[in-house]
Amino acid sequence: MRRYVDAGVQVAAPAVLVVAVGIWSTLVSESKEIYFLNALVSVAIVVAIYVFVGNSGVLSFGQISFVAVGAFAAGVMTIPLESKTGVLPDIYPLLRDHTIGNVWSLLLAAAVGGVFAFAVGLPLMRLSGLAAGIATFAVLEITHNLLREWTKIGPGATTLSLVPETTDALQATVGALIAILVAFAYQRSRFGRLLRASREDAFAAQGVGVSVHRQRLWAFTLSGALAGFAGGLLVHLLGSITTEQVYLELTFLTLMMLVIGGMTSLFGAVVGALAVSGLDSFLSEAEQGVSVGVSIDLPQGSRLIFLGAIMALVLILRPSGLTGGREFGLWRWRWRWSRGGSAQPA
Amino acid sequence: VTEALDRATDAQILVDSVGQGAIYALMAVGIGLVFGVLRLINFAYGQLIMAGAYTLAFTSDQPVVASVVACFVVVVALSLLMERAVFRPLRTASPAVMLVTTFAIAFMLQAIALLVDLRNDDLIGEAAVSVAPLNQVVTIGGVEVRKLTIVAILVAAGTLALLALLLMRTTIGLHMRAAATDFGTARLLGVRANLVIAAAVFLSGLLAATVAVLLTVQLPFVQPDFALRETIIVLVGVVVGGIDRLWTATLGGFLIGFATAEINAALPTDKSVFWPSFVFGLVILVLLLRPAGLFSWGRAPTVERA
Repeated sequence: MRRYVDAGVQVAAPAVLVVAVGIWSTLVSESKEIYFLNALVSVAIVVAIYVFVGNSGVLSFGQISFVAVGAFAAGVMTIPLESKTGVLPDIYPLLRDHTIGNVWSLLLAAAVGGVFAFAVGLPLMRLSGLAAGIATFAVLEITHNLLREWTKIGPGATTLSLVPETTDALQATVGALIAILVAFAYQRSRFGRLLRASREDAFAAQGVGVSVHRQRLWAFTLSGALAGFAGGLLVHLLGSITTEQVYLELTFLTLMMLVIGGMTSLFGAVVGALAVSGLDSFLSEAEQGVSVGVSIDLPQGSRLIFLGAIMALVLILRPSGLTGGREFGLWRWRWRWSRGGSAQPA
Repeated sequence: VTEALDRATDAQILVDSVGQGAIYALMAVGIGLVFGVLRLINFAYGQLIMAGAYTLAFTSDQPVVASVVACFVVVVALSLLMERAVFRPLRTASPAVMLVTTFAIAFMLQAIALLVDLRNDDLIGEAAVSVAPLNQVVTIGGVEVRKLTIVAILVAAGTLALLALLLMRTTIGLHMRAAATDFGTARLLGVRANLVIAAAVFLSGLLAATVAVLLTVQLPFVQPDFALRETIIVLVGVVVGGIDRLWTATLGGFLIGFATAEINAALPTDKSVFWPSFVFGLVILVLLLRPAGLFSWGRAPTVERA
C-alpha cells in the first residue's frame, strides 16, 4: 500500500505545481501570461531532457535538436496553405501542399523527434561520458546547420512565421502534464529501472545482464519524442521561430534548469524549470521596476547578469540541486527506505 | 599561370590553416591544463578571452605594450578569481555540475560585457585598433602571409615549448603532472592541491590572454560573444583528440582548427554553408571509432574517476 501512496505523491507533486502555474496564468494580465506559458513549455522541454540525462546519467547536449525538428515540423505543417508559398518559397511540393491540424501537428512533432532520436541514438548510444556529450553536441550542430541552410525543408535562415498560436494555458498545462506522466511511467517501468541501475554502476548493471546500449537507446528515443512534442508546443506558443531560438542558448539554459532542480529526479526537472523561468520572468519585470513589499528597479540589461550569478550561486551552494535529486515525498526522512525513490548513495 | 596560382592558393590555405590550428592549440592547452588538475571543463574559457579582447579595445589609445600588458593582467586576474570563487567550492561536485556552473558563469560574464559595452557608447561592439598593424600582409615566395599568422605560429610553438619545459623540468611541473594523473595519491605524497591548481589556472589565464591578443588582431571588432564559437570548437577538438593527456588534447585542438579551415576552403562555394555539418559529421565518426580520443593509445581513460 505504502509504495502506491508514495508513487502517487511523487507524481502528484510535479503535476500539482504545473497545474497551479497553469491556473495562475489565467489570473494575470495578458502581457504577463506569456511568462507562465513559457515556463510550462520549459517544463516540457526539461522533462524531455531529464528522461534521458537524468535516468542514464549521460550528459547530452543534443536534445534541443529534437526540440528543433519538432518545432519546425509542427510549424511548417500548420501554416495555412494560402500563406505557405510566401513564407516558404523553396520548400518541397509535398510539404507545400499539405496542412494539418493543431493536435496532429503535435503528434507529428513527437513522431519526428522520436524517429530522429532513434536514428541518431543507434550509433551514438555506444558512447558514454564526455565522448557522448560531444557527439550529441555534434548532432545539435548538424541539425542546426541543416535547418538553417536547407530551404527545401524549412524557412532556412529566415523566420518561420504565421504559425497558428494555439498553445494557450490549457494546452501548455496539458502538454507539460503529458510529459510528466510519460516520464514518470517510464522511470517506474522495468526499462527505466534497468537504465537507472546502469547509471549508478554501469559495470554492475552489465554484470546482471542489463544491455546498457539498448536501455540508453530506449530512453534517448523517448526523450527525443517528448522533446519533439515540446518543440511543437513551443512553436505554437511563439507563432514565429528561427533556428537560433532552438540552438545553443536554449541548450545551455535547459541543462542549467535540469541541474539546478536536481538532475536525477523528475521533481527536480520540474522544479528547476519553474524556478529558473520564474526567476527570469521576475528579473525582466524588475528591469521595468516592480514592487514586492520593497520596490525593486534593476538597471536595463542587468537581467542576465543576475540570472547567471544566481544560478551559479545555487549550484555552488547546492551542487545536487534544489531538490537534492530526489522525488517529492511526504515522509522525507524515510527516504532511504522508500522504494520508488531515486535516493543516491550517500 | 593558373597552375602557379593554384599552387599559391593551396599554400595560402595551408598557411592560414596552420595559423588557425596554432591559435586553437593554445586554447586547447589552456582548457586541458585546468581539466588535468580539476577534471573541470571550463566553458567560460572563451569569456576570459573575450574580457582580454575588450581590455585591448578599451585601451586602444594607449601604447601597444601597455594595452597588451593590461590585457594579460585582466585575464589572469579574472582567471584566478574564477578559480577562487567558483572552482574551489565545486571541487568535490560531479563533472556535470561543474560544467553547468561554468555555463552560468559564461552567461553572466557575457551579460556584463554587453552592459559595459553599451555603457561606453550605445552600439554593440568595440574596435581594437592598436594591435591591428599585425594584420598586414607580407609576401613570402609568392604566398601572401599575414604577419599575424607568422606571429601566431611562432608564439604557439614558443609557448608550447616553454610549457613543456615547465612541466617536464620543474618541481611544480612535476606536481602538476602527478596531480593530473591521480590527484588523491599525489596529495598523499605531498603535492599541495591549492598551489598546483592555482598554478594551472594561472598558466591557463596566461594562455587565454595570449589567445585574446592573437584573435583580436584577426577580428578587431570585439563583441560580447567574442571567442565563444572558437571555444566551443576547441572543446570539441580537445575531446576528439583525447582530453586525458595534455598533448593529445593540444593535438586535437590544433587538428580541429586546421581541419575547419581546410574543409571551409575545400568545399565548393555553394556547399560551403554546410561546413559545420561536414566538420561535426567527422567528429561523430572519429568519436565512434576512437571514443577515448584520436591520439590516445594504450592507456585506459581516466576521465570518469570516482
